[in-house]
Amino acid sequence: MRKALLLLLLATPALAADRVVVGSKNFEESRLLGEIFAQLLESRTDLEVERRLGLAGTQVCFEALKTGAIDVYPEYTGTGLVSILGEPAEGGPARTLNRVRSEFLSRWDLWWISPLGFENSFEVAVPKELAEREGLRTISDLARISKRLRGGFGHEFVGREDGLLGLQRVYGLDFASVQPLQHALKYQAAKAREVDAIDVYTTDARLITHKLVVLEDDRGFFPPYEAAALVRGKAPPEVAAALSLLAGAIDEQTMRAWNLRLQEGKEDEAVVARDALRSLGLVQGEREETAARSAPTLTHYLWDERSALLRRTLEHLSLSALALLAGIVVAVPLGLWLERHRRGAEPTIRLLGMTQTIPSLALLAFFIPFLGVGTLPAIVALWIYSLFPIVRNTYTGVRDADPRAVEAATALGMTPAQILREVRLPLAAPVLMAGIRTAAVLTVGTATLAAFIGAGGLGEPIVTGLQLANAAMILSGAIPAAILALLVDGLLGWVERALRPAGLGSR
Amino acid sequence: MSVLEAKRVVKTYADGTAALAGVSLAVPAGETLALVGESGSGKTTLLRLFNRMVDPTEGVVRVEGRPVSELDPIVLRRKTGYVPQDGGLIPHWRVERNVDLVPRLLGWDEDRRRARVREMLELVGLSPKVHAPRYPAELSGGQRQRVALARALAADPPVVLLDEPFGALDALTRLELHRQFLELRKTLGKTLVLVTHDLAEAFRLADRIAVMRAGRILQIGVPGELKEAPADPYVRALLDA
Repeated sequence: MRKALLLLLLATPALAADRVVVGSKNFEESRLLGEIFAQLLESRTDLEVERRLGLAGTQVCFEALKTGAIDVYPEYTGTGLVSILGEPAEGGPARTLNRVRSEFLSRWDLWWISPLGFENSFEVAVPKELAEREGLRTISDLARISKRLRGGFGHEFVGREDGLLGLQRVYGLDFASVQPLQHALKYQAAKAREVDAIDVYTTDARLITHKLVVLEDDRGFFPPYEAAALVRGKAPPEVAAALSLLAGAIDEQTMRAWNLRLQEGKEDEAVVARDALRSLGLVQGEREETAARSAPTLTHYLWDERSALLRRTLEHLSLSALALLAGIVVAVPLGLWLERHRRGAEPTIRLLGMTQTIPSLALLAFFIPFLGVGTLPAIVALWIYSLFPIVRNTYTGVRDADPRAVEAATALGMTPAQILREVRLPLAAPVLMAGIRTAAVLTVGTATLAAFIGAGGLGEPIVTGLQLANAAMILSGAIPAAILALLVDGLLGWVERALRPAGLGSR
Repeated sequence: MSVLEAKRVVKTYADGTAALAGVSLAVPAGETLALVGESGSGKTTLLRLFNRMVDPTEGVVRVEGRPVSELDPIVLRRKTGYVPQDGGLIPHWRVERNVDLVPRLLGWDEDRRRARVREMLELVGLSPKVHAPRYPAELSGGQRQRVALARALAADPPVVLLDEPFGALDALTRLELHRQFLELRKTLGKTLVLVTHDLAEAFRLADRIAVMRAGRILQIGVPGELKEAPADPYVRALLDA
C-alpha cells in the first residue's frame, strides 16, 4: 500500500525505475499471460516484479495502467479499438493494431508491444448436437432460427457494442430469451442445454471439452482480437524489450492447450507459465512434467491451501481492521460534533447513508483513477462504508442518552464536557458499539470484493474460483470469510456487553 | 433581604410559547415557598430562573442580591440544590457516586466527601451500608427521591429548588417523604422553592404559596390568607376542589 501511494503521489523516477507492476484481468488466459510476463521480466531483467493479477475487467486494468498503478497488462487489440477507443470494428488485424498503436501512444503514452501471435476473439458457439441437427455453420444460420433459441452470454458481452448489441443489429439475431451468465458458468449451462448459444473465446479450451461448435462470423462482425502486451511509455525500457521476445511466439493451439491445463487440470498458473516459457525457449531449465491434478475435495483443498489461506485471512483482517479503525477515528468525533450542531446532523447522516447504496464494485472502481489499484483504494472504499453506521449510532446514542439524568447533571453544575465524558458517552456506549459492530461485519463482508482491484484477502479465491467455476476454490474463500464475519460479530458483541455500564441492567 | 428575587420577568421560548408574562417574586432567607399551578402555568420555568437553567427574555433575576446574568451558571448551579420529579439520578453511577456529585465537582478532599455521603444518606433515612453501593435501578421510587434529596443537599447549598419532587410517588410513600421534608426544613433552615400541582401538598409543606396561571402569579400568601381571602375566582375554585 505504501509503495502504491508513493508511486502515485511522488512518482519519482528513481523509485519507479527499479520495479515493475504486472497486471491482468480476472480470467484464466489473462492471468496466465500476466504471469508469463512477470516470470519473463524476472528472468531477463533486474527489475523487482510485483503482480496485480485478476483485476476486475478492462475498465479497471486500463485505469490502473493509465494512472501508473500497474506498468503492463495483456490486452487485445479489438478490445482497445472498440471498448476503449469506442470506434467501430472495421478492417483487418493490421489496421486495428496500427489504429490502437497510434491512438494509445498520442493520447496516453501507452505502447502496444508486438502481438503475441494469436487471436482470442469473441465468437458464438452452440452445442455440437444442435449444430448438427439444425445444420448450423455460420452466425447467419443461427439468426434464421434464433427466435426458437435461448442465449446465454457473459455480462460484459451483453452490454458491449462489439458484443450482443452489434450482433443483433448486424445479423438480426433475436433470441427467445437472453440470460446474462458468469463466464465459466456459460459452458455448464450450454452443456446442460439450459441455453442454446453462448459467447466464447477462440482460445478457450472448454470449446473442446464441452462439445461446442464455433459458428463462422460470415459477415466479419467481430474485430480482430490480437493478444499483446500493453505497456506504459514511462515503464523502464527493459520491460518493452523483454516482452518483445514474446512477439509471434504463441499460436492459438498452444494458448488453448495452456488454458486447458488451467481450466480442466486446475493447475497453478505459475507452474503453467514456467512450462510455457521453457517450451518457448525463453528461460533456461529442464521442463518439469507436472501431473494434472484432479479437482480435490474441499477439505483437501483447504488443507493444501492452508498457508495461502492464512495469508489471505490476515490480509482480509488487516484490510478490514484498517478501514474500521479509520472509520472509528473519523466517525465517532463526527457523530459527537453533529450532536452539538444538530441542524447539520440529519442532512449529513442522510448523505452518509447514501454511500451505503453505492454498489461496492462501483465504489471500488471509482477510486482507481485517484488511488490506483491494490490495498489503498480498497481501504478507502471500505472506510466510506464503515462511516454511516458509526456516525449514526454515535449521534443518536449520545443524543438520546437518558435526558433526565443529563438534565439533572446540568442543573447541578456539571460542564457540557464533563457530562459528555462522564454521563452521555458511557450511557451511549452500547449503542455506539452496536454501530461499530455493524460497520465491522459490513467491512469484513465487503472486503471480499477488494480482490477485484487487486487488494488480496479472502475474496481472491472467490473471484478466481468464479472464473474457473471451481466450487472448492470459491468456498475456500467464502467459508473463512463467513466465519470471520461471525467471529468478529461475536467478539464485538462481547465487547458491547462489557462496555454496557453497570446499573442499566442486562439486555 | 431576599435570597431569591424575580422582577417583572417575561419568558418567551424560541417557539413563541409565552411561559412567563411578567412575574415578580421575592423569597426571604429560610422560607419555604410553594409554586402551585396546572401544567403550563409557568411554575417550572419560574423555578429554573434561579439556577439559570432558563434565562429571562425580559426582567431581572437576582440571587443573594446579585443579578444572575452576572454569575457563571456553572458556579451558580453548584451552590444551588436541585431535585427533579423523577430524581434524575445518573443510572450508571452507584448511589454514593450520585450523592457525591457536587462535592466532587467542588473539589472537596476524599475523606470529607466520603463522610459527607454517609451523613447525607443517614439524613434522608437511608443506610450507607445497604444503599450506598446500589445502582438507582435497584431502589424503589421513594428511595430514589431520597437519594436525589441527599444529592441536592450534599454540598450544603443555601438554596434548594425542587420540581414536583413527590409527584411520581404513591400516596403512602409521599406521606412518608412529606414527614421527612418537614423535618429537614426545620433542622436545616434552607431557602426552599417547591413546585407542585397539589395544593394540599403546598399547604402542608410551605410557609407561603404562590398560585400561578398562564404565566402570572394570581396570588401569593401564607395558607391562611389564601383560604380566607382568595384574590381570584381561580384560586377560590382551586381551594374548593
